[in-house]
Amino acid sequence: MELKEKLLSSFMAFEERVDVHSELHDVRTAAIKNFENKGFPTKKDEAWKYTSLNAILKNDFTVFPKQENAVEFNHVKKYFLHEIDTYKVVFIDGVFSSHLSSTTHEGIDVCLMSSALTKPKYKMVIDTYFNQIANKDESLTSLNTAFAIEGAYINIPKSKVADKPIEIMYFSTGNEAALLVQPRNLVIVGENSHVQIIERHQSLNENPVLTNSVTEIFAQKRAIVDYYKIQNDTLEANLIDNTYVSQQKESHVSVHTFSFGGNLTRNNLNFYHFGERLTSTLNGITIIGEKQHVDHYTLVKHSAPNCESFQDYKGIYADRSTGVFNGKVYVEKDAQKTNAFQKSNNILLSDKATINAKPQLEIFADDVKCSHGCTVGQLDETAMFYMQQRGIPKKEAKALLMYAFSNAVIENIKIPELKQRITKIIATKLGVKLGFDL
Amino acid sequence: MLSIKNLHASIGDKEILKGINLEVKAGEIHAIMGPNGAGKSTLASIIAGNENYEVTEGEISLDGEDLSELAPEERAHKGVFLSFQYPVEIPGVSVTNFMRTAINETRKANGQEEMPANEMLKVIREKSELLEIDRKFLSRSLNEGFSGGEKKRNEIFQMAMLEPKLAILDETDSGLDIDALRIVANGVNKLKSDKNAIVVITHYQRLLDYIVPDFVHVLYNGKIVKSGGKELAHELEEKGYDWIKQEQEA
Repeated sequence: MELKEKLLSSFMAFEERVDVHSELHDVRTAAIKNFENKGFPTKKDEAWKYTSLNAILKNDFTVFPKQENAVEFNHVKKYFLHEIDTYKVVFIDGVFSSHLSSTTHEGIDVCLMSSALTKPKYKMVIDTYFNQIANKDESLTSLNTAFAIEGAYINIPKSKVADKPIEIMYFSTGNEAALLVQPRNLVIVGENSHVQIIERHQSLNENPVLTNSVTEIFAQKRAIVDYYKIQNDTLEANLIDNTYVSQQKESHVSVHTFSFGGNLTRNNLNFYHFGERLTSTLNGITIIGEKQHVDHYTLVKHSAPNCESFQDYKGIYADRSTGVFNGKVYVEKDAQKTNAFQKSNNILLSDKATINAKPQLEIFADDVKCSHGCTVGQLDETAMFYMQQRGIPKKEAKALLMYAFSNAVIENIKIPELKQRITKIIATKLGVKLGFDL
Repeated sequence: MLSIKNLHASIGDKEILKGINLEVKAGEIHAIMGPNGAGKSTLASIIAGNENYEVTEGEISLDGEDLSELAPEERAHKGVFLSFQYPVEIPGVSVTNFMRTAINETRKANGQEEMPANEMLKVIREKSELLEIDRKFLSRSLNEGFSGGEKKRNEIFQMAMLEPKLAILDETDSGLDIDALRIVANGVNKLKSDKNAIVVITHYQRLLDYIVPDFVHVLYNGKIVKSGGKELAHELEEKGYDWIKQEQEA
């Protein structure tokens, strides 16, 4: 049976497990209909021109894992930011692990989507926010909405600073031959509040996994949200990340995406503006090799005056790896005095590696500053010779140049321990030990 | 110290050096002058090991050791230093970190321990004072946004840090105003000893008023066509390179 058919029939099975007389279920039903009409995207869709899901969809994915799987903390400690205290919302094969988690309801809510979706006290919040900013036309988002049942629910009320970073972690054990997981996260950050969130998807063995994740982030007036996505998964792991950000006036939201591994990674990152003088920051570093594929598909929709957006994506591609950067900036007629900047700089380390970079600017306001720049190059040979001339061996010189290249993006990491961790991962990727920190 | 015999080199199909002979002894300063396109910078690059050029004939040795099979960093470890005509900007790497890496890699290659951090700081302070370099300058990204003069001063600062046996200064005077020229020349002269040697490559005689050469060679069309003492530089300044061209073509 094709995966699409399997999913449609799984939905019927799913309906036996959930309350079908709720408003939420109407949302799910509409979503599965949209998925049924549209199906999985193919390369014929403009938005998926450079990324094919065909090979992945041939796997016979399990939609609901048969059993609950346990994981020992010591086995997975290295994936956490264990040097510091954090809130943790941890899932194993899509199921919440209370054992590995550290949630809270004291002043802020860091807990489960399943509770938020079912408990009456959250109903108003869910009615106000759930599936409100997610794109209801997009088929993979719809597929996620149809099966939305579990994920992280984070609600920071007005004028609160989350006292420690929050880690959202999805492990797959590989106990199923092939597993499809569809996490659904909701993040609401109140007026003047601040939160730092780290999200990671990690396979624990080599069985194929497809994660189709949707995250909705709502930043109220003057809220500050720093969101870090660490993608350093196995060669059998596939991730489709759909993140939707809604910003009110004077808020600052930054999403940093570190793509270091996985078979196929697609990041659909969308920002929508609903107030003036706000700032959106989208940063990414991609360092991949072998036959890995990473596709960054971003949208920033400027709808209000005096807002800023900054996009800085850097990529280093080795072997036969492929990268895509498609960055769309849309400036509506009313969004005067917009500052929108976009950069995509790429280095190809092999002549078999590819990058497709496509900036798209659609500007309907007349008093704006918008810029975009894409570069694709090899490592600068003159710079290499210069460094070698000063006694730095080729391998170290190469690594130093690549570090320097990614440095601007690493500099923006506001959690020092995370910055160290990312620096370390990059060093490992480049196969060198540097004698100093950048 | 440096011995070049019948050196021929080309880039692609184009032969640029057509039989260079040059002997430089410890304690000496040599100047290589010549019109644009004569092959001066090519010669400097080849001594430093730039792989873009192919040595088709002849040999280069340092203290009797053949350099031809050595990578640029190996030549650097043996004491070859090239001050670049166009120093490369490396955003994201500070001058200090770059120097620390360069010095420790060189020490490692020569079987020495890494230089302790406090000693490193002390040396950096001394040498930056010699070149009148502001300390704040050292934490900036290497050459990024530096003025022409700052870049050249930074090159000589690196030379001071690395204390090479053989320093080749490629057009170090270009882009320098008179004050910067004086600082750079003063730095070079202080670094000069009877154990090292300096090869100054320049188009103009100006720098040679400050760094006084023992020998002057004129490079034209890939060959050294004239050698002499420092008075040759003055003669060139007076008569211009047309004099050399006419002599050669006659």
